[in-house]
Amino acid sequence: MPALSVPEGNFLSRLWNDKDTRSLVVQVLATLAFFTFFAYIIRNAYVNLEAIGKGFSYEFLFQTSAYDINQHLIEYSSKSTHFTAMLVGILNTMLVAVCGIALSTVVGFILGVLRLSKNWLTNRLAYVYIEFVRNVPVLLHILLVHGIIVNTLPIPRQAISVGDGAFLTNRGFFVPKPVYEPAFWGVIAVFVAGLAFFMWFRKYAKRVQDDTGAQYPVFWIGVGAIVGAPLLAFVALGAPISWDVPSLQRFNFAGGMVVRPEFIALWLALSLYTAAFIGEIVRAGIQAVSRGQTEAAYALSISRGRTLTLVVIPQALRAIIPPLTSQYLNLAKNSSLAIAIGYMDIVATIGGISLNQTGREMECMLIVLLLYLLLSLAISAAMNWYNKRIKLVER
Amino acid sequence: MEPVPYKVGEHPDLPPPASVTGPLAWLRNNLFSSPANIAMTLVSVWLLYELVPPMLNWMFFDAAFSGENRDACRAQADGACWAFIAERFRLFTYGFYPAEERWRVDLAFVLLLAALVPVLYDRLPARRIGLYYSMVFPLIAGWLLLGGWGLAPVDTDQFGGFMLTLVIGVTGIAFSLPIGILLALGRQSSLPIIRLFCVGFIEFIRGVPLITLLFVASTMLNYFLPKGTVFDLLLRVLIMVTLFASAYMAEVIRGGLQAIPKGQVEAAEAIGMKYWQSMRLVVLPQALKISIPGIVNTFIGLYKDTTLVIIIGLLDPLGIGRSSLADTKWTGLHNEVYLFVAIFFFISCFSMSRYSLYLEKKLQTEHDH
Repeated sequence: MPALSVPEGNFLSRLWNDKDTRSLVVQVLATLAFFTFFAYIIRNAYVNLEAIGKGFSYEFLFQTSAYDINQHLIEYSSKSTHFTAMLVGILNTMLVAVCGIALSTVVGFILGVLRLSKNWLTNRLAYVYIEFVRNVPVLLHILLVHGIIVNTLPIPRQAISVGDGAFLTNRGFFVPKPVYEPAFWGVIAVFVAGLAFFMWFRKYAKRVQDDTGAQYPVFWIGVGAIVGAPLLAFVALGAPISWDVPSLQRFNFAGGMVVRPEFIALWLALSLYTAAFIGEIVRAGIQAVSRGQTEAAYALSISRGRTLTLVVIPQALRAIIPPLTSQYLNLAKNSSLAIAIGYMDIVATIGGISLNQTGREMECMLIVLLLYLLLSLAISAAMNWYNKRIKLVER
Repeated sequence: MEPVPYKVGEHPDLPPPASVTGPLAWLRNNLFSSPANIAMTLVSVWLLYELVPPMLNWMFFDAAFSGENRDACRAQADGACWAFIAERFRLFTYGFYPAEERWRVDLAFVLLLAALVPVLYDRLPARRIGLYYSMVFPLIAGWLLLGGWGLAPVDTDQFGGFMLTLVIGVTGIAFSLPIGILLALGRQSSLPIIRLFCVGFIEFIRGVPLITLLFVASTMLNYFLPKGTVFDLLLRVLIMVTLFASAYMAEVIRGGLQAIPKGQVEAAEAIGMKYWQSMRLVVLPQALKISIPGIVNTFIGLYKDTTLVIIIGLLDPLGIGRSSLADTKWTGLHNEVYLFVAIFFFISCFSMSRYSLYLEKKLQTEHDH
């Protein structure tokens, strides 16, 4: 057997062959490279901005924006500041993201259940829908839906009337606007009280069931407290709400509320696109619950409905929530495609018109990137919180 | 009584009754097994009846396949006007690539298909040589498309149409996988600073929409480069799309890496493998295999995201279509354009997802449970 020898080579190669030294060297080099790179590009930016006399400042945020935004949830006019325009953009992005998440979840769960249907035809229909929708770019969906609304719906003069007072036109959907009278606060108060009562009652019913085994009809009592009581109050207070119905003027509707075609197109396209992905996630999640679980529940003579709500869904949710979170994040990020059809979101306001008017590319894009990072973080945080709550409790 | 022709116990099996097998039984089991099931069938049939005949009529039976302009189409039939697509087909395919040089695009496309064969089909004889060719293909394609060294140079702003989609898609796919692997390994690394950089990069890219990164590339990148550097817009887009996809790729591969038991690395170290050897020979082959569905999904996402380049002014098929609609001859034919482009994307993406299913099945080495 040869004698153990000192590693050959000079001092440097011995250092390189030592694990700790090597990891230290690699990390120091990586840090140096990182900071050199950033110092280099920041210096370049400084020199370039200096050369055209621009500098770096956020003062423009408090100057007059001088452009109109057709959908604003807060007070806004062309005399407002760029800062207000940015807020309007944020709210518009959040509006379409929240509405999109709600609709895509509902449609996605329906699609997922249809994909599992025993009915061959329904099953295939859902499959074809999912495959076709998710293999076509979302931008194409947005443009297509927008094109259909703008090109095939009639002009306001020939609006399609839905029910009493709602109209579909290519300039948007006109719907009655609720006008609240002071007594409406009574209804809201009853609603809040009903909600509080239900929260308390649910805990109470669970305690009673744990102690004695007796079950209360929690669901129906909840419906009564949250929906029934406010309805009663609404009638008792003499329906303290009136509707501002849109009416046709010479060229367009006046009064009421308008849901703009850009919003509808973006909302529908994003929701239907994301729903196709959610459908597959839901299907996989439900299939991941082993069949034995359902059979065991039936063997214990638990009813079909309760098996679903107490056994299958809680376990399926654990497999569904993590991928669902990334779909929600995708939907929120895809809402930035709004710019293609002129919906005024973050990218179109502060990253679009404000940027072009003030010429402050660096500052505006930094704001936009930061806002999206915050939005993504917020959605992840909310979903992680929910995921923790439904997680399997292990010893 | 008739004599029994068989011995006791040797009676051949009778075929099952017609009500249990065969088309009728299938219909009953799958479409009419319960009242709810019947209702679903009826609703589905009604939906098909409402949707399919009008669509077929619009697309084929009432469609006009030739005509000078929109009015000529409308005069023939009130369905789709495919004459529009037919007239613009070359524009949709090549963009504004000079007409006399288009054979180079065709040749590059044929060479691309030839380069894909050894990558996708592993029973090819002499696959090794084929793979070397696939590796040098990007250089050949770059030379063919851009010109120089004997070919007339073509500017990248003349790229467009399906060709542009393929250029961005193939480049992004080819480069995002290796970068994604490096990022994933970095995120799992035992060196804290490397890990920090990788996590920071991945989470930043995943937190912002691609369109904002493309805006950064198109409006701001010049500020960060030394004064006077000219940087091709297409190249900037390629870099951004690749980086974007590689961050997602890294997360997919990290999932695969996490599923490999620690014992594998330890065993590799025990027989004297260095870090890169153990990764290359032991961990990555297993990790990549289980991440195939995610990897292909990322590819499909990247391929679909190539449409976003129209927002910063590049003309992919969607951009060509939208600018063609501005032509007064063909105005108002949105649906035709969108459907045409949608079918192109559907075919590409659907075949990618089918291939991933095939690959998953082929690489399945575990026994069924």
